[in-house]
Amino acid sequence: MTRSLLPPLLFLALASLLAMAVSVAVGSVALSPLEVLSVFFGNAEPLQQTLVLELRLPRTLSAFATGGLLAVAGALMQVLLRNPLADPYVLGLSGGAAVGALLAMLAGLGGFLVSGSAFAGALLSTFLVFGLAHGTGSWTPSRLLLTGVVVAAGWGAVITLMLAISPARELPGMLYWLMGDVSYARTPWPGLLFLLAVCLLIVPLGRSLNVLARGPLQAAALGISVRPMEWLIYVLASLLTATAVTMAGSIGFVGLVVPHMLRLVLGNDQRLILPACALAGGTLLVLADTLARIVIAPEQLPVGVITALLGVPTFLYLLYRSR
Amino acid sequence: MVITKRPIMQTLSTRKLVIDIPGRPDGYPLNLTIEAGQVWGVLGPNGAGKTTLLHTLAGLRAPRAGSLLLDDQPTGSLKRRAFSQQVGLVFQDHQDGFPATVLETALIGRHPWLSPWQMESADDVAMAERALEALDVLHLKDRLVSTLSGGERQRVAIATLMTQAPHTWLLDEPSNHLDLHHQVAVMKLLTERAKAGNAIFMCLHDLNLAARWCDNILLMYPDGEACWGPAERMLVPNALERLYDQDLQTVEVDGAPFFVPKRG
Repeated sequence: MTRSLLPPLLFLALASLLAMAVSVAVGSVALSPLEVLSVFFGNAEPLQQTLVLELRLPRTLSAFATGGLLAVAGALMQVLLRNPLADPYVLGLSGGAAVGALLAMLAGLGGFLVSGSAFAGALLSTFLVFGLAHGTGSWTPSRLLLTGVVVAAGWGAVITLMLAISPARELPGMLYWLMGDVSYARTPWPGLLFLLAVCLLIVPLGRSLNVLARGPLQAAALGISVRPMEWLIYVLASLLTATAVTMAGSIGFVGLVVPHMLRLVLGNDQRLILPACALAGGTLLVLADTLARIVIAPEQLPVGVITALLGVPTFLYLLYRSR
Repeated sequence: MVITKRPIMQTLSTRKLVIDIPGRPDGYPLNLTIEAGQVWGVLGPNGAGKTTLLHTLAGLRAPRAGSLLLDDQPTGSLKRRAFSQQVGLVFQDHQDGFPATVLETALIGRHPWLSPWQMESADDVAMAERALEALDVLHLKDRLVSTLSGGERQRVAIATLMTQAPHTWLLDEPSNHLDLHHQVAVMKLLTERAKAGNAIFMCLHDLNLAARWCDNILLMYPDGEACWGPAERMLVPNALERLYDQDLQTVEVDGAPFFVPKRG
């Protein structure tokens, strides 16, 4: 808690820049590091210029934003529920957001309304899961996870139903919501800006989050207004998830694995963990997306497949190693 | 170097306070004044409402009736943060959320004193370390709290309250899990704090710890009845026997009464 926050964050920032450089260089036309650099200094061939700046870079940035958003959302939910297993995907929030987005698309709406509908879906799902799991008692881990898993399964059924009744020409655009695929992201900027805004907001909130992680009673005894604080985290986590899902569909396990790994290495100070999650989550998804592009080239894998294949064993290993 | 700007110490008092225990009729209204320098012991059988009273005094649950005052000002008009600079509480049981070291846990006590943009300073760390030292757990400062024994955790919790440095200390069975030596050490520490100007208010199960260290006693009966006053007036065999529904034998040690349960 007293150690300096800067060195680990600088390290992670460097790592994410490196990952983005790799992601931009790798592909059907491979570029050397020198060529990548010359693109950014504006003296590369026009073809390379177009390839990097208009095709690869937006996708890389979208992957970074999505990964960062999901990791921060996961970390926030884990504080809220005092349970390291909370994650937007596991708790069914991503499913709710996907249903919202698909409904909007079915209704023939586009752009902003799809995003708004995805957000409403995520919020509704959070409401359902947290409300039902709360019941008359408190949020016990097993109850919450079970509720989340069941609600997620319910959303899965609704999604299948909607896919079955929607016109065939809509299907490819809809399917990506389920698999999670960065290539459909329209623009990375709203996501990146929102991620940055949340990271800035978290700086003054960080210590309160640390206290809240000790339990609501202890937090109240130390001067925190617990209810408003919990609502704030809850809305923020839903917003983050909804933004991520709207960009790239439902990508799982980033919010679970990234905070868990970082906590093992960096400890538990939310002032460090949350910005670190933004950077490391982004890095992870950029790398996963790069892998998704090249592993069965020229075909592409949905990035959600990669995160699940990476995430599940990593998580099991970490869990096993931790005791 | 200024460690902490300390506002004027404020006295916690209750006016016709009735604690809210669901499903129980109203108890006797309490008019308590917990003054600087006093060491209060709250005695009563299981389920008499001792913990509920402490949580009510700490502002964590609303009373059924009456009011809680800090220097004659209703505490409801105060910001939570300002209140927790004045009144702190050690809980009876300690839940772990995420893994945290002993030092990190104690440092949490500085929270009410720091603005949102402030990081803990070297002074705050020094304060936490002094508290850990006073509770004889400084050598554990880098250990994870989850790896400690019950008594060690209890001492870390008290050190956290000491780091919080409120004026009024509320403690829910601070001698829980402690070995004999540390029970005495904690009681000594609390009476020293009272001499230094703090107010101490704690629930105890050990009559004799209360008899030895407390100067004011609150007896809470299971039916909601309550009485309070100076220790020598409250700690009389008849009252205590009725309180615990247990026959007692009284012996005198150092000129003060000590209580031993009767056999059979």
